[in-house]
Amino acid sequence: MIQTVLNTIPTPSFEYALLSPILVMFLAACLGVLVEAFLPNEKRRFAHLIIVFTAILFAFFAVVLQSGPNGRALVANGTVALDGPGWILQGTILLVAALSALLFAESKIDPLGDAFAARASTLPGGEEEKIATKLGWAQTEIWPLFSFAISGMLLFVTANDLLVLFVALEVMSLPLYLLAGLARRRRLLSQEAALKYFILGALASAILLFGSALTYAYTGSLEFGQISNGISSANNSPGLLTAAIALVAVGMLFKVGAVPFHQWVPDVYTGSPTPVTSFMAGAVKVAAFGGLLRVFYVAFGALVWDWRPLIWVVAGLTMVVGSVIALAQSDFKRMLAYSSVSNGGFILVGFSATSRPAIAAVLIYLIAYAFATVGAFALLTLIREQAGESSTLIRWKGLGKKSPVVAGLMSLFMLSFAGIPLTSGFTAKFGVFTAAISGGATALVLVGVIASAIAAVFYIRVIILMFFSEPIPEGPFVVVPSIFTTIAITASAVVTIILGLFPQVVIDLISSASVFLR
Amino acid sequence: MNFPWLLIVLLTPLIGTVLLFVPKRFVPFSDQQIALYSSLITLLFVIVIALQFDISSSATTQFDIAFDWIPVFGITFHLGLTGISLVLVGLTAVLTPIVLLATEYEVQKKNKEFLMWILVTQASALAVFLARDLFLFYVVFEAMLIPIFFLVGRFGGPKKGAAALKFILFGLAGGLVMLAALIWLYFVAVNQLGRGTFSITALSNELKLDAWTERWLFLGFFFAFALKAPMIPGHTWLPDTAEQATPGTSTMLIGILDKVGTYGMLAILLPIFPNASIEFAPVIIGFAALGIIYGALIAIAQKNIKRTFAYISISHFGFIVMGIFSFTSIGMIGSVIYMVAHGLSTAGLFLTVGYLIRQKENSLISNFGGVTKAAPVMTGLFLIACLSSIALPGMAGFVAEFMVLTGTFQKYKIPAIIATLAIILAAIYMLWLYQRVFTGTETKESSNIIDLNRKQILALSPLVALTLLFGFYPAPIIKISESTIAYTMTLVGATDPQPMIKKAVNQ
Repeated sequence: MIQTVLNTIPTPSFEYALLSPILVMFLAACLGVLVEAFLPNEKRRFAHLIIVFTAILFAFFAVVLQSGPNGRALVANGTVALDGPGWILQGTILLVAALSALLFAESKIDPLGDAFAARASTLPGGEEEKIATKLGWAQTEIWPLFSFAISGMLLFVTANDLLVLFVALEVMSLPLYLLAGLARRRRLLSQEAALKYFILGALASAILLFGSALTYAYTGSLEFGQISNGISSANNSPGLLTAAIALVAVGMLFKVGAVPFHQWVPDVYTGSPTPVTSFMAGAVKVAAFGGLLRVFYVAFGALVWDWRPLIWVVAGLTMVVGSVIALAQSDFKRMLAYSSVSNGGFILVGFSATSRPAIAAVLIYLIAYAFATVGAFALLTLIREQAGESSTLIRWKGLGKKSPVVAGLMSLFMLSFAGIPLTSGFTAKFGVFTAAISGGATALVLVGVIASAIAAVFYIRVIILMFFSEPIPEGPFVVVPSIFTTIAITASAVVTIILGLFPQVVIDLISSASVFLR
Repeated sequence: MNFPWLLIVLLTPLIGTVLLFVPKRFVPFSDQQIALYSSLITLLFVIVIALQFDISSSATTQFDIAFDWIPVFGITFHLGLTGISLVLVGLTAVLTPIVLLATEYEVQKKNKEFLMWILVTQASALAVFLARDLFLFYVVFEAMLIPIFFLVGRFGGPKKGAAALKFILFGLAGGLVMLAALIWLYFVAVNQLGRGTFSITALSNELKLDAWTERWLFLGFFFAFALKAPMIPGHTWLPDTAEQATPGTSTMLIGILDKVGTYGMLAILLPIFPNASIEFAPVIIGFAALGIIYGALIAIAQKNIKRTFAYISISHFGFIVMGIFSFTSIGMIGSVIYMVAHGLSTAGLFLTVGYLIRQKENSLISNFGGVTKAAPVMTGLFLIACLSSIALPGMAGFVAEFMVLTGTFQKYKIPAIIATLAIILAAIYMLWLYQRVFTGTETKESSNIIDLNRKQILALSPLVALTLLFGFYPAPIIKISESTIAYTMTLVGATDPQPMIKKAVNQ
């Protein structure tokens, strides 16, 4: 009896080599936990840095070496799809995460240490906090958390099964909830951000899970390919299916921060330590959109005519609301948070076209945006006052005089966000608009055009503040960073310019790899 | 492939820009010299090209040079020279060294930066006039906002930040609408020609658009060009920008870059959307006539010298647009000459008055009076620019205005008559301004004004020479632009009206 049951269950096949990027990051996370357990305090940081950077490097090479035509397959019993977009997304996440890791590792900027609280358990502003800071303690747990988050992301963008998707989502999100609350400065804001992120994130996860269950109820499967088949063959009870798709959509759109599920974005982005914010705006955004693409293109692709109008509405709202509210922001981090929302809208415009060029356009937009946003946040960490980062925009007056290099690079990223030609932002916008017009969404592109014009105002205002105004007395000063942040900023700037001037290289790479396996 | 003359012309100012930042150990020139020399070398190359330009050639473009840029979308880096672009490239090449020579005072503190942005402006202007790929044209059309944005914002008057913001937002708004139209046009080309292309020549020769698509696309592009030119009611950014910007910036902006709007109408709208151009022509001519009168009237009422000039330019851009949409050879050639004449007179006006304004840090008309006593040379140079601007016979401005009005009158009598009224208004705004500032009793402010020195006179003298040259002998511009205009006319399918009086010989 038992034997027969066992025979019906297929032996799980597990392609270790193909899954190695995910496994390596996961292993690095576990190693990190061991380091926390066994190494003395002062040796931990160094060990973590070695582990994390080696792991990212290995994972990235594993991606590069295996992402050729031979490496495209459904693995782990069809629950993970390693296809063109999957590899591209994994590669992008690893690169962007590496830049964020450099910011995590930076400890030269703040005289007190890195960007994280000395002891997260101490009372903000209390006596213990002062002692912990004075002793130079560091919360090195950030490193295993960081690695866990990356491995979750790598799995999330390749998950081909709603259950795996959910697990990946949790592996990626839970560390982030913690990381959000670990800021060294303005700790109360940071903890509030973490709590908000956790509560809303958990709610969204639950909704996604509910949607998955309903999908299973309707199609009898959790695997994307079979969901797609199930939808095509079944012809009863569309109400159940509609509910399922709506719930899954809400769960995913929450993660990408689309209007009206964007409320968490500004608070969380503002409160989190800036390296973590850069990680969220960069890598997490890529992962969230990667997952969204696969779920809706592969699993629900057959129903594109039903969900596309919904996406159109969400995309339009996201662009307009994000841009308009960003206009009113006086805090740079908050402004970039709304900018992130609004950029999500532009990505959704491309996403709604559901074609091969659309996949390529979304991927290019993600790459362009992720690098520019990491660069912008990295620059923010350099602009400081006694109490920490200076993110009040009005105080940036005349920054161009104090540090033309920092202000110049910041301008580059702002121009890229504004979509000025010869920067990556323009290539990206051109791509999504082109995809959308070919998909028949000309009206949406017009909304996008208007939203771009609105958005340009607040990006360009930053340049005006920095370059065209006189410095205020006792304004912020610019710190010279260590090699870590320097590399991160340089890499972001280079990608932003290269993608603007010679986009063909990246477009070729991505266009050849923009087919989903199912 | 041809010898890459055009690429060399384009790269020269950019190389100059790079040289500015090379440590002085390796470059034995001052920043000022680097910028000036690179712009003079550019001018030299342009002259060499102009001498080789074949005015009898039937080819659409000459000196073509093309590289693949983004092959997926059929985008090429394609430069080519038409008669019209040669005229405007020439204007750019002439005005830039003059601006650099005449505005040394603007650059005392932030020397390097000012020179850099002027050279970048020049390079982008050259690129936009040479682009034969619509995508490349668009990219430069947008990118050239950046140098002017910094020139206004960094070196302008007290409200420079707001002016720079307004300038770039108007530019972006136009550009983004054009982008949407551009992508749409791309898909029309893909569906019809079976390949994606942005080649202006291919789009104008091969594409057959259906009526409504053509109308919408025309409007998309026209919106961007009309904001740039600027036509009313999209003109409000110009006075604000000109008021805050330094004279050098204003010359680069209004003298050269704003011509991109009218150049775009002539070189892109007409060839690619001929039917829509003809359809909309009466409306556009109407707006142009309105702009001519409105600009002139508002110019009279201004208290600030720079704002007056801005409104005069708005009036003059009305003439240029009117000539283009008259669809007569004489009107269109007149527009091309007008672009040159306007560039020269704008430079003359802004740069001479620039010397005056700089000394007093004030550009209110009421501040000055009787300047001629202290600065007779300045007064003389200003008067020449002034007279060309109001189209006195013998000046370049006269030839241009006469041809535009004649051409327009052949097809649109009433707008032409209305526009003619502006000649009277011109005399009021310009001569009254001259009278108040330069003649009359000397105010306290004007008594200690220093006249131009020799170097400054040298800088401005080419303007005078060219204004008079083209006033008496406009043939070079006519010859160069003739064949391109004739070609554009055939693309549009317009013909010149027959003369009403038969030649006596035939009778």
